[in-house]
Amino acid sequence: MKLSGAKAIVEALKREKVEVIFGIPGGSTIPFYDALYESDLRHVLARHEQCAAHMADGYARVKGVPGVCTATSGPGATNLVTGIAVAYMDSSPIIAITGQVPRSMIGKDAFQEADIVGITTPITKYAFQVTSASQIPDAIRTAFLLASTNRRGPVLVDVPKDVQLEEVDPDYPERIMIKGYVIRSGDPHPYSIKKALGLIMSSERPLIIAGGGVIASNCSEELVKFAELILAPVATTLMGKGAIPENHPLSLGMVGMHGRGEANKAVEEADLIIAVGMRFGDRTTGKLDEFARNSKIIHIDIDPAEIGKNIRVDVPIVADAKKALSILHSKLLEVGSKRTESEWIKRINSLKESFASNYTERGDGLKPSRLMKILRDCIPAKSIITTGVGQNQMWAALHFRVLEPRTFITSGGLGAMGFGLPAAIGAKVASPDRPVFNIDGDGSFLMTEQDLATAVSEALPVISIILKNRALGMVRQWQCLFCNKRYAHTDLGNVPDFVKLAEAYGAEGIRIESYESFESAVKKSLKAEMPVVMEIQISPDEKVLPMVPPGKGLKEVIWYG
Amino acid sequence: MHIIAALVEDRPGVMFKVTSLIRRRGFNIDTITVGSTEKEGLSRITMTMRGDESVVEQLVKQLSKIPDVVKISELKPSESVYRELAMIKVSAPDPAKRSDILNYITIFRGRVIDASKDSLTIEMVGNPKKINAFLDLMKGFGVVELARTGIVALSRGSRSTSEG
Ligand SMILES: Cc1ncc(C[n+]2csc(CCOP(=O)(O)OP(=O)(O)O)c2C)c(N)n1
Ligand SMILES: [Mg+2]
Repeated sequence: MKLSGAKAIVEALKREKVEVIFGIPGGSTIPFYDALYESDLRHVLARHEQCAAHMADGYARVKGVPGVCTATSGPGATNLVTGIAVAYMDSSPIIAITGQVPRSMIGKDAFQEADIVGITTPITKYAFQVTSASQIPDAIRTAFLLASTNRRGPVLVDVPKDVQLEEVDPDYPERIMIKGYVIRSGDPHPYSIKKALGLIMSSERPLIIAGGGVIASNCSEELVKFAELILAPVATTLMGKGAIPENHPLSLGMVGMHGRGEANKAVEEADLIIAVGMRFGDRTTGKLDEFARNSKIIHIDIDPAEIGKNIRVDVPIVADAKKALSILHSKLLEVGSKRTESEWIKRINSLKESFASNYTERGDGLKPSRLMKILRDCIPAKSIITTGVGQNQMWAALHFRVLEPRTFITSGGLGAMGFGLPAAIGAKVASPDRPVFNIDGDGSFLMTEQDLATAVSEALPVISIILKNRALGMVRQWQCLFCNKRYAHTDLGNVPDFVKLAEAYGAEGIRIESYESFESAVKKSLKAEMPVVMEIQISPDEKVLPMVPPGKGLKEVIWYG
Repeated sequence: MHIIAALVEDRPGVMFKVTSLIRRRGFNIDTITVGSTEKEGLSRITMTMRGDESVVEQLVKQLSKIPDVVKISELKPSESVYRELAMIKVSAPDPAKRSDILNYITIFRGRVIDASKDSLTIEMVGNPKKINAFLDLMKGFGVVELARTGIVALSRGSRSTSEG
């Protein structure tokens, strides 16, 4: 049956079981939108393409399947860039479909032409252009396959307008072969497992660092079972939050620049680090030469290029984290290696106790840490949290205890302000029955604030908690600590009034002035039917502590600002 | 010197994917060439670089993640044959010097492929070290123009890089 290229794309998306597309139409995607018009595929109209990409990303991280976004050629496509870069850095599977000027006009600097394949090649797993309608079925299959297998990541498919209009009799492949791409079985090599077992059994102070790979591979359960078997405390990276319930006795919380004191100390004292699905990023390791100097390292990762990229390891295991952890677990059981008590765990517990008092709140005003604890206590375990970037994000990471995987969604690798609200919208679309909270900063929120309109139009009750410190707080903190309080251009003033702003969009705005009113607002918001924005004034001098200064080793922690 | 040979899909934009990655990750390569292979639809990119074994390993691993890169491997210089072509235009107005140049060309097994009243254009194929040595000699006479292809290489023995 003959149909237009545009319809062939829509049909291909449905075959990939796509339920929703986030996007904004334009000249080069009019045919595609025309095909959407008569399809039952849901479309969420974003108000900025960056948000469309973040929404697809939030959706993907909650559901574990690719999220799809679309934009027109030129400015629409370039607006996607930040969103694609976020997905790339956090290995999140999104598919971006962009319109392009007609084939005959490519390279002529036509109206709204931008080389989006060129622009996004360094920030995608793959970016390519479809040059005839007959390629569409393979192209869409390829995009989904690449985005959702091995180490996941964004894929961009650029479709010239005339290709969308071209008639085609599409032939949808069940399977597709990409010569240069092998879908990994994820099975670990027996030799590396054997070596890892040796290290584990001879270790007295093993410690696990879980990264986003544990979430991506859906293996929290395996991770916890493994940790319990070998009695290893579990620290996580920012992306790994949720890999272990943070109220589990073995949980240490986040490690790294803004890691918890006990986690960083434990890394220093461990004699074996088992790194699972993490990439030894600089925000996690601090100064590399000083990272885990006294320990051996086992590194489990699905991406062979991560092995040895940043750090030399003793035993690399290129594998799916789930498979590697289950095999290690069962092999250890086979040899009857199970620990029931250890000096190490006693040491860990005493570390936790001794650091506990460091987190107590001092001074006046509402304290972010307390707010995070109240929030945790008031909302169901399965609630989803997204964040902005900056202090708000780090307070959430430090003090909000995540209890389930895929419930803490943040721009870890890129650190893109503006991620919180659109990611929350995507998360809510993915999981309408779960409460979704965006913990945000006043600066970050403003970067994508216009998509409150999307949330209102789609009646998506996402709840934004804006920690209004009237500052680009994280930068201000660095200026305070490392620039002698020379606060260059980080003062935002008390602008805007977020309550009025929310109301202007038709969302509910609430000003929070006490812990009690926060608690009741949170509880009430669980039943909200429209988006809610809470403005909470906090002091611009609140700091995220502890902190390891940039370029320093993890032990050089600052506790007081 | 490290030699890396990659078999890639013969499609528009593939060279860009490869060079974009090299640039982005800060790898420093000395030469890069691309051409056809014995297999329809596949091109061969040959790169050379200096540096640590670990850097080469990273480059190979990163490049192999590009879906257009079908196969990639490092060819050890000791286990492969490799050649480069250089074309060198040398200033040679003086007949005495001209005969000196011709002598050197014979010693280095090069060929004269063009000549004019006051210049010779020489083709020199071989190991890049040999080309460098020859070039050093020619500098004394005045090199007017130089073009080098970069290295192409094959593994020694009967196996093909595109198999297995
Ligand atoms: C898009 C973008 N621009 C700039 C930065 C640099 N930056 C990092 S944190 C920060 C301050 C964020 O301010 P706000 O959202 O109010 O959060 P706070 O730190 O005050 O909680 C800035 C400007 C960034 N991460 N992202
Ligand atoms: Mg702020």
